[in-house]
Amino acid sequence: MSIDIEQFHAVFFDESQEHLDDMEQLLMELDVDDPDLEQLNSIFRAAHSIKGGSGIFGFDALTGLTHVMENLLDKARNSTIKLDVPTVDLFLETVDLLKVILDAYKSQSDLPDEDIQQGVAALEQALAKSAGDAPPPQDGEPAAESASQAADDGFGFFDDDEPVADDGFGFFDDDEPVVGQQAEVPAAVASVAPEGQQDMSDSFGFYDESALPVKPDEIKPYGFFKPVEQIRDDVKSVAKSNEIKEEVKPGSRRKAADTKTAAKETSSIRVDTHKIDSMVNLVGELVITQSMLSMISEEVTGTVGQKLQTAIGELQRNTREIQESAMSMRMLPINMTFNRFPRVVRDLSTKLGKKVNLVIEGGATEIDKSMIEKLVDPLTHLVRNSIDHGIEKTETRVEAGKSETGTVILRAEQKGGNIVISIIDDGAGLNRDRIVAKARENGLSAPDDMPDKEVWKLIFQPGFSTAAEVTDVSGRGVGMDVVRRNIESIGGRIDIESRAGNGSAFYIQLPLTLAIVDGISVAIGDQIFVVPLVNIIESIQPTREQIKSIGNDNLLWIREQYWPLVAVHQMMDVDDAIEQPTEGIVVLLESSKRRYGILVDSLLGQQQVVIKSLEQHYRKVPGISGATIMGDGRVAMILDADSIAERCRPLAEEELLA
Amino acid sequence: MNTAEQTISHEQNEYLSFVLSDEHYALDITSVKEIRGYEPVTKIANAPPFIKGVLNLRGDIVPIIDLRIKFNVGEPVYNEFTIVIMLNVLDRIVGIVVDGVSDVIRLTDDEVRPPPEFGVAFDSQYLHGLASVGEHMVILVNIESLISSEELGLFDSHNDGGDK
Repeated sequence: MSIDIEQFHAVFFDESQEHLDDMEQLLMELDVDDPDLEQLNSIFRAAHSIKGGSGIFGFDALTGLTHVMENLLDKARNSTIKLDVPTVDLFLETVDLLKVILDAYKSQSDLPDEDIQQGVAALEQALAKSAGDAPPPQDGEPAAESASQAADDGFGFFDDDEPVADDGFGFFDDDEPVVGQQAEVPAAVASVAPEGQQDMSDSFGFYDESALPVKPDEIKPYGFFKPVEQIRDDVKSVAKSNEIKEEVKPGSRRKAADTKTAAKETSSIRVDTHKIDSMVNLVGELVITQSMLSMISEEVTGTVGQKLQTAIGELQRNTREIQESAMSMRMLPINMTFNRFPRVVRDLSTKLGKKVNLVIEGGATEIDKSMIEKLVDPLTHLVRNSIDHGIEKTETRVEAGKSETGTVILRAEQKGGNIVISIIDDGAGLNRDRIVAKARENGLSAPDDMPDKEVWKLIFQPGFSTAAEVTDVSGRGVGMDVVRRNIESIGGRIDIESRAGNGSAFYIQLPLTLAIVDGISVAIGDQIFVVPLVNIIESIQPTREQIKSIGNDNLLWIREQYWPLVAVHQMMDVDDAIEQPTEGIVVLLESSKRRYGILVDSLLGQQQVVIKSLEQHYRKVPGISGATIMGDGRVAMILDADSIAERCRPLAEEELLA
Repeated sequence: MNTAEQTISHEQNEYLSFVLSDEHYALDITSVKEIRGYEPVTKIANAPPFIKGVLNLRGDIVPIIDLRIKFNVGEPVYNEFTIVIMLNVLDRIVGIVVDGVSDVIRLTDDEVRPPPEFGVAFDSQYLHGLASVGEHMVILVNIESLISSEELGLFDSHNDGGDK
């Protein structure tokens, strides 16, 4: 499998940016005197995620800084240190610095090494202070510290390119004279120019909001540096005063970020998924309106009719393309998430000295983008867990008679109305005794005769890390409770199966709220239903000889096997359905555990349908996994092979295929 | 001579009044999303008779309830004059079928009489009150409690309903 590492970089940058924004916001909201533990945890998790991701990609500057920050945050959330305003300020400054570093990595420019060192030093100082249980620092102290950092931060931008920075400052230093003496300006610019276009836009754009729209040719030296007053103020304030630092710092940074993102913006844009949702819905309606129009147009005759039909044909093509692109905006193959794991597994197994083989299956399964984003963290956690806790060391494996190399399977598949993502390892399995012991230690009730299934569920309790020691792989308490919460937040569910010595499997079931399903629409009586293609084995028109019966129930004899026939028309309460199997068509279905046939009047055609939730405005209906909107605007129900089988237990349980 | 016009200092609430057979009902207008004609719906298996089915409202699958069947008034006929009031209730969209929509009325709390405690077939828990508008008695329906009621079975609850 070839991996486009750039793709994952972009995802990481986006995610980290989001995490940093979250952290900033949470820090701002944090009540220093009575900090909300959940908020602190969220901040910690964000830092942790950045650290994890940056570690994978080898962005060491980010990893290093977040690591120290994390330590301090950990102390804060464990109430080992008391939070005060300077500490929160320090955190905010670190967040700012992280943003700068992130931008540097993103634009592949040089890192502000000095700033990073100082940032780390400042955090370590705070850590040391807390260790020594020193009184909170005097007001002046952190201010001075942050002031120096603020100045450095500002200048740090220019560290990217020393010569430019010097020129820039040289230029600003004779600010006044330059204004009067035009002759000097071109010289200054000329000295900059050879450094290349990018340098110019990077560092000068930094000062000038209006720089971008202005065409380079038109740039007069003055126009370019337009808000001279402001710059002068900025420079002066940075140089000699730390009072205005707040204005300088965020302001200048934001401008820097703007100019950089402006260049990137053409390639990708982040949109609120709700906007896409409503667009997908509206486009669906457009398609329906269009098909209504084309039906009407058939009634128009003559040349006008022909013209109309040509135009509607055009409209049809266009609407279809709009629909396709609207859909594709929402759906992504889960490979977007999975593809990062070979690297994760490789790094982690090297680090832990284990041999691990990662198998990825079903990467093409399409899944809602919002789910993809929310799956990243829990999946990373689970895969790391599998390698760290699940797979044993090589020697242990050999002793246990297993192959040297452990296997982790990452699989996505569509099952009925769900997408199931499995993380399966052939490691040691969960340690029942240790989990029970830990549960009791945490004051949870764990009787000896507790069934395994219940025991495994215990690991979803908060603060339940069974790792023997805290490593940078796991054990920091960002635990399974967070994993479960993340999964539940997208309407999913997680189940565990584990056998000592054989390994463990984590199954994440996700709803198909917005997923598209390939289906065959069938007519049953006066209604249309959609049968998911994944469940269909084949459709046949049975002959009289193939139909046998037990009591009132029919069986279909095909290829030396008896298949139960489920009376779906009865179950779905449909009028005027064909009841004689020989007059209709039997669709043979396979659900997760059972195989059976359903009788339908006719097959209408195969199509992709968007699954809409019935529960959103109504409630769950047995036998139905959702609804969809057909081309004519009518609603069709999607049959759920699993729950139909369940409702027919007495018949289907004949287990004729066993 | 409309009592609703006699504005005292009290705050007025707006109600959308509608007709079921020859009875006048009204509901809080803030929950009304839109008013449309009746369109054929898709039947839902094992639903009670007053739930006609679901239809597509600009991409949402919305259940349609015929109040005439639910309240047992008049004959449920479906023609071009049959009206569906789409409601936004508790984050859900639900359509109700009525014979017609008459007016928007304004009532102050003073004008709303409490429902009689007995002697009416209409379950008083869904009754917000009674008011007289012109010569009609208008039944103010507490649409939120009606729609979310277990009796209507629109929302998932412990009883799964409709099992054969």
